[in-house]
Amino acid sequence: MAKNKGNEVSAVRRAKHGTALSIFFGVLSVIYVLPILIVLMNSFKLKAYINRYPFKIGTGKMFVGLDNYVEGIKRIEFFKAFGYSLFITVFSVALIILCTSMCAWYITRVQTKFTKAIYMLCLFSMIVPFQMVMFTLSKIANMLHLSNPVGIILVYLGFGAGLAVFMFTGFVKSIPLEIEEAAMIDGCTPVQTFFQVVFPILKPTAITVAILQAMWIWNDYLLPYLVLDIKKYKTIPIAIQYLKGGYGSIDWGAMMAMLVLAIIPIIIFYIACQKYIIEGVVAGAVKG
Amino acid sequence: MDKAIKRYFPLFALPTLVAFTIGFIVPFVMGIYLSFCKFTTVTDAKFVGLKNYASIFTDKTFGHSLWYTALFTIVSVVLINVLAFAIAMLLTKGIRGTNIFRTVFFMPNLIGGIVLGYIWQLILNGILAQFGRTLVYSATYGFWGLVILMCWQQIGYMMIIYIAGIQNIPGELIEAAKIDGATSSQVLFKVTIPMVMPSITVCTFLTLTNGFKLFDQNLALTNGAPSDMSQMLALNIYDTFYTRTGFEGVGQAKAVIFFIIVAVIAIGQNVLTRSKEVQQ
Repeated sequence: MAKNKGNEVSAVRRAKHGTALSIFFGVLSVIYVLPILIVLMNSFKLKAYINRYPFKIGTGKMFVGLDNYVEGIKRIEFFKAFGYSLFITVFSVALIILCTSMCAWYITRVQTKFTKAIYMLCLFSMIVPFQMVMFTLSKIANMLHLSNPVGIILVYLGFGAGLAVFMFTGFVKSIPLEIEEAAMIDGCTPVQTFFQVVFPILKPTAITVAILQAMWIWNDYLLPYLVLDIKKYKTIPIAIQYLKGGYGSIDWGAMMAMLVLAIIPIIIFYIACQKYIIEGVVAGAVKG
Repeated sequence: MDKAIKRYFPLFALPTLVAFTIGFIVPFVMGIYLSFCKFTTVTDAKFVGLKNYASIFTDKTFGHSLWYTALFTIVSVVLINVLAFAIAMLLTKGIRGTNIFRTVFFMPNLIGGIVLGYIWQLILNGILAQFGRTLVYSATYGFWGLVILMCWQQIGYMMIIYIAGIQNIPGELIEAAKIDGATSSQVLFKVTIPMVMPSITVCTFLTLTNGFKLFDQNLALTNGAPSDMSQMLALNIYDTFYTRTGFEGVGQAKAVIFFIIVAVIAIGQNVLTRSKEVQQ
């Protein structure tokens, strides 16, 4: 009886504890999103007031409606930049998934010194910082006429291959060979075996790789800045950096509006694919 | 079966290999070679031996940025991992709203470095303005500004990994420790932390390399101001290449040293924390 009561007391205490924690995290969550809300609030303010009074709500003469958005969209051609970012991200990720999964399957199933060397090189490439290759890579891309949104996809395949091949290889190793052998005996060619048997099994890894690569490519600044002909093609990060004019002066009105427009697609994507993103990050971390 | 697949080399492996060669192998090998040359573009290289490396030692900005980067990395690795682990511990207690909190804390991670840099430039300058200062007043402000920014960005990511690690610990293990009379701090240090060592390995690896390679956030937040005092290594290398003419060779030599530092840290850290992992 006494023991029972003790349990009840601790349960009540734990519940109180839990509520206190919930409130604490609730407050912390609000603080966490506050920077984004402040940017949103400032995007409707007259630019002269943004830098001086960033925490004041823009009412009366401070309020300019959508002026900052109109100005920013015109100045950096935001929708064009959005189009380039989307095009490059979607097609790079698709190409990376397709090519590296095939390559990973090949180098796991065909064990020679050559395929082992490829695997080691992929591992190695993961620890090489971009600055090491940035100059030579951008010059080579120029020489091969890859300085456009289509060409850069090939560059992303090359620079992103290391991580993707590494992750796919880790998973292919766990697929029992018997499944593929059965398919081959039933008369499947290697191409059919890969696309009809192996690739469907690889799907969870493919989603993980796609999410990690998409997060990288969508937000990447330096690689497209150096590789693309930026007079013609600006991705969103390049366009935003471009708002900072010479001599370090920034049009804070347009900047706020463009930051909001840059964040909105990410939040929509996050809300839609939250489950996959979080699972992908965990799976990627376990293998990495 | 090997033989049948082998014939399909051009289809399966060649596209990736060609891109990998163009996008990584050739630039890497050329990068090593060019670090021993004087050049303005890749076709006019003249071999000069170790001259580029020698001139790094007389370049004070490199030493400063190396030291600044190392300090930043240590501070941010410790802060991010301790805070992320603490939040993960509290969020695995099954309190109400856990999913919402997890979602919110992870969100900044999806925002790119350039955008993050300008968001925090506004916020931090707004706060510092109360004291009549700005972010670029001294390198110390830039330093802590960058630390706050990186914490905001990465705590959620590391938290997710720690949560997965904590949830993997068998419940009996902690129960058994409690029955044997372990205090909660003993459970934490003797059971929980050793059991999540794989997560700690991954998270310290990611925060270490992210800290050392940081570029976008540094560029957007302070761009090295005042007078390159808040400049990190990656930005220093970029500046050497693209804002000083005739210094391309020096920039490439710096990049090689940068690569060696990152490689040594990455491998060393892996060996160190892997040795502390326990078999489950």
